[in-house]
Amino acid sequence: MSGGAVAMPGDPVVGPEQAASHGLSPDEYAAIRRILGRTPTFTELGVFSVMWSEHCSYKSSRRHLKMLPSRGERVAQGPGENAGALDIGDGLLAVFKIESHNHPSFLEPYQGAATGVGGILRDIFTMGARPIASMNSLKFGAFDHPRTPWLLGGVVAGIGGYGNCVGVPTVAGEVMFDAAYDGNILVNAFCLGLVRRDELLSARAHGVGNVVLYVGSATGRDGIHGASLLASAEFDAESQAKRPTVQVGDPFTEKLLIEACLEAAHTGAIVAIQDMGAAGLTSSSSEMASRGGVGIEIDLDRVPLREPGLTPYEILLSESQERMLLVAEPDRVAELASIFGKWDLHSVEIGRITDNGRWRVRAGGKIAADIPVGALTEDAPMYDRPAAPPDPVPAATVVKSAATPEWPDPAAVLRRLIASPNVGSRRWVYRQYDSLVQSNTVTGPGGGAAVLRIKGTRRGLVMKVDSNPRACALDPYFGAIAAVCESAVNVACAGGTPIGLTNCLNYGNPERPAIMWQFIRGVEGIRDAAIALKTPVVSGNVSFYNETEGRAIPPTPTIAMVGLIEDVEARIGPFFQQAGDAIVIVRSARPSIAASEYGALFGAGAASLRPIDPAREKLLIDTLIGASGAGLIRSVHDVAEGGLAVGIAESCFGEVKLGAAIELPSDGLDANGPDHGIGHKLDQLTDLFGEGRSTLVISAPDRSVGPLRARFAAAGLEVFLAGRVIAEPRLIIGSVIDEDLSGLEELYERVIPGRLGQL
Amino acid sequence: MKWGVVSFPGSLDDRDALGALRDVMEQDAVALWHRDESLGAVDCVVLPGGFSYGDYLRCGAIARFAPIMKSIARFAADGGLVMGICNGFQILCEAHLLPGALTRNRSLSFICETASLRVENAATPFTRAARKGQILRIPIKHGEGLYVAPDDELDRMERRGQVILRYASADGESADAANPNGSMRSIAGVANETFNVFGLMPHPEHAVEKILGGEDGRIIFQSIIRSLHSSQASAV
Repeated sequence: MSGGAVAMPGDPVVGPEQAASHGLSPDEYAAIRRILGRTPTFTELGVFSVMWSEHCSYKSSRRHLKMLPSRGERVAQGPGENAGALDIGDGLLAVFKIESHNHPSFLEPYQGAATGVGGILRDIFTMGARPIASMNSLKFGAFDHPRTPWLLGGVVAGIGGYGNCVGVPTVAGEVMFDAAYDGNILVNAFCLGLVRRDELLSARAHGVGNVVLYVGSATGRDGIHGASLLASAEFDAESQAKRPTVQVGDPFTEKLLIEACLEAAHTGAIVAIQDMGAAGLTSSSSEMASRGGVGIEIDLDRVPLREPGLTPYEILLSESQERMLLVAEPDRVAELASIFGKWDLHSVEIGRITDNGRWRVRAGGKIAADIPVGALTEDAPMYDRPAAPPDPVPAATVVKSAATPEWPDPAAVLRRLIASPNVGSRRWVYRQYDSLVQSNTVTGPGGGAAVLRIKGTRRGLVMKVDSNPRACALDPYFGAIAAVCESAVNVACAGGTPIGLTNCLNYGNPERPAIMWQFIRGVEGIRDAAIALKTPVVSGNVSFYNETEGRAIPPTPTIAMVGLIEDVEARIGPFFQQAGDAIVIVRSARPSIAASEYGALFGAGAASLRPIDPAREKLLIDTLIGASGAGLIRSVHDVAEGGLAVGIAESCFGEVKLGAAIELPSDGLDANGPDHGIGHKLDQLTDLFGEGRSTLVISAPDRSVGPLRARFAAAGLEVFLAGRVIAEPRLIIGSVIDEDLSGLEELYERVIPGRLGQL
Repeated sequence: MKWGVVSFPGSLDDRDALGALRDVMEQDAVALWHRDESLGAVDCVVLPGGFSYGDYLRCGAIARFAPIMKSIARFAADGGLVMGICNGFQILCEAHLLPGALTRNRSLSFICETASLRVENAATPFTRAARKGQILRIPIKHGEGLYVAPDDELDRMERRGQVILRYASADGESADAANPNGSMRSIAGVANETFNVFGLMPHPEHAVEKILGGEDGRIIFQSIIRSLHSSQASAV
C-alpha cells in the first residue's frame, strides 16, 4: 500500500520546479514519486529534501567511508550511532565525535560556532555519556582579509559563550589562517564524554506501542533548511540571504538537558534517544525508527511551539536547538516526566512506535506525511560520483614570493615565523574558554595535547585535534596520513597511547570529479594511517560544498585522536625543565619546506612533499612511549608549524625561563658523525624550518642520552644529540641564530592581539 | 561540621566545589537545591560558579529570587558563614548580602587563567590560614568580574578591611597590568561588614590539587574549617 497524505491549507502545488528549488535532482524527484506511488505533498517534499541532502544522507561519501577501519578490541560502538565509543577500562567508555559547523559560522560566526558546540554536545549525552571535554579546529582566511577579525572574534566568542555556559571545558584545539579559507571558514567541534559501559544509550527505537517523547525547547522557525540549502550547497553572492537558516543557541537549556537526560538515563527507562539536530524532528524520528526496524507515528499538534501558526512543513524541518526525542515504555513515562519537570523542561508525548514500517505524521487530524521509514534513511540515494585527479596535479604550495632566497638570515626567518599568526601563541583564543570546569584538566590548552584525569582511577585521557591542509593540497593522500600521524604523535608526546580517532572531512563540491578524487584519496590516507597506528575510526562527519563561487577550500580532513595514559601523574610536558639537560632531536624522516609555514611566507621553490610511511611514524610513537615510560625523558615537544627552530624556541616558553644551545654544523645536522646513529646530511634551511614529518625535541638528563639514542636508533629513526638546555634565556643555534628568548616570547605572545589592535 | 553547596539551574562548579570539599578537604558536604526552603543543619553555605538561569538578564539577578535565597539571607543575618564564588559572588551582590556589583570585564571577553591574589586582610573567617600580603595563585574564569562600587563605599570598605583579596603581580605589586578584568582598585574578593559573608571571583575549588595546577585554594577552605572549629569550640 502506498499510504496517503493530504495537502495542508496553503501548501504550494508540488511539481518538478518545486523539487528543483528544494535541491532535489529530476532523478531524485522521480524516485520519490516512484516510492510513494503518487506525487508527494509539499510537506513530504520538504522532508525528502532534507533527508536526501548530502548533509543528512552522506549520499556521495557513504560508499567510501566503509573502507575506514572501525573495529578493534576497545571499540564498544563504531559508526552508525550518534557517536563512537571506546572501552577505556574500569567499566568506562569514552564516547566521542567531531562535527563541522562551517557554513553557519561563516554567515553568523557567533551563533554558528555556538550551535556547533551545542550539537556535538548533544551527540555525546544522547549516548548517556557526560560530556567532559571539548576541542575545536578552526580555519580562517588570511589574517589581513577584512572579514577575518570579525569571524575570528565571533567564532571564538561563540564557542566560549556556549561551552563556558554548559560547564564543559574546552581543553585543546588548533587555529589556522590561510587565504584559501577567505570565502569558506571551517569550524569543527569535538566532544568527548564518559559513560559506564552498562549505561550506554542507543538511538535504536523498538517496542511497538512505546511512547515517543519530545523534550526540551519549543519549536520555532529557526534553522529551516539548514541541512539542505545551507550545508549542502556552495556559497555564492546570494549566500548572505541564507542567514535566517542559522540557528540560535540557548546553552542554559542545553545544560538543563544534559543534567535531565543523564538523570533520566540512570533510571533505565529510556528505550532510545536522539537529539533533534540537522533536519530536526524529521531526522531524529525517522532515523531512530530505521535503526530499530520499526514504524513511527507522530502528531504535530502536540509539539510545543514558540509561536502559533507553524505549518507541518516548518515544524518538521525546524532546526531549533536544544531538543531531544526519546522513546520509552508507556508505564515509565511518568517517571521520566517528573525528572524533566524537575529541570523545568517540556516533556510531551507526541507519538508511538508502530509495526508498519512507516513514518507517518499527523497534523490537524489529517495525515500530513506517510513515507516508508527506509526511504528517508538507509534507502536514500547513494552515489558513486566520478573521481579524477585534477590536471595538472598540484605541484607546489601557496607561494607568495616565487623565488627562494639564496640563503636567508635564519635569525630573521625565525623572528618572522614566530610572529606569524599560524605559529604565534593561541592564548588570545583559549583564554576565552573555560578549560577547568569539572576538575579533570591536568594539561589544558597551550601545550599540545590535552590531558584529563579519569576520576576514581590513576589513568588519564589524552586528546588532540590536527589537520594539515597545505600538505593535503599538494597530495590529498599523504596530507591525510600526515594529519593522522601528527595527532597521534601529539598524544604520545603527552604520554598517551593513541587508541582511536574521529574525523571531520571538509571538502569542496563532490559533484566535481577533482574534489571527489581528493576526498577518496583522503579517506584512503586516513584508512592506511589508522590501520598502521591501530587507531580505529569510531565516528565522523563529512562536510562537502566548502567552496565559494567555484573556488574550493584545500582538502581538510581534521583528525581528533584520543589516547590513554596509565598513570596520569607520569605525564610529560613540552617545556624544558632543567638547565644542563641534553637536548635530543628525533625524526622519523627528513622534513620538507613544501607545505610549510616557511614555504607560505618565503616560497617553497621546487620542494615537494615526500611520501610518509605511517608504519615508521608508529615506530616513533611506540619508541617514544617506551622511553617516557622508562623515565628517560624530562620533556618532549612535537615540532609543528614553523619547523625545528620554532619548536626549540617553544620548548623554552614554559614557566621556568630557560634557554637552549644547539650545535649545528655548517652543512646541516650531520647524522653520519662518529656517534650520531644513522641518518644523512641535510641542508640547514630544511633542517631548521622544514615540516611534514614527526620531529621531537626531547630534553633529558645526561644519563638518559645513551639509552635514548639506542632505543630510537634501534627503531631505525634519526636521532641527534643536538645541544643543551641552558640557564640563560637565549636561543643559540650554531653560528646562525643567537636570540634573546624573552624578545621571541614577546613576539610570540603578541601575534594575535597585536594584529587585532588589542594590546 | 557540615557544608552545603547550592545548585541553581545553570550552576556549573557545584560538583567541583562538592568534590573539593569531600574528596580533598575531607569535609561533610551536601548538595542544596535552589527550590529548597530550608538549609538543613549546615554550618557554611557555598554559592558556586556557573551561569544561574543562563545569566541572560544580569548575572545573579534571577538567582537571588530562588526560594533558597530567603533561607540564606536569614542564615547570614544570624552570623552563618556564606561564601559566593564567581556566579555565587554575583548572586550575593544582587541579593545585597555584599556591597558593590560585578560588570563585564574590561576586555569585554571571557577570561580563564590563573591569577595572583594578594591577601589584604588575614583576620577574617575566610583568610585566617593565610598571612596578610601573602600571594595566592588561584584561577579566574568569568566574563563579568569587573568589581564596581561607589568611591565613598569603597573607601569605607577599605577602612573596615572588607577588601579581602586584590589582584596583584606574582611578586605582590598591585599594578594595572596585573588586574585581569579592570576591577576598581583591583578588587577580587570582599566581605560584608560583619565578615561572615564573602564573595570572590577566583575559584578556590579549582586550586586544591597539585595535579590540576595548584593548591592555594585550600587556604581559603582551611580558614573556614578553622573558623567553624573555633566557633563550635566556643559554643561548647
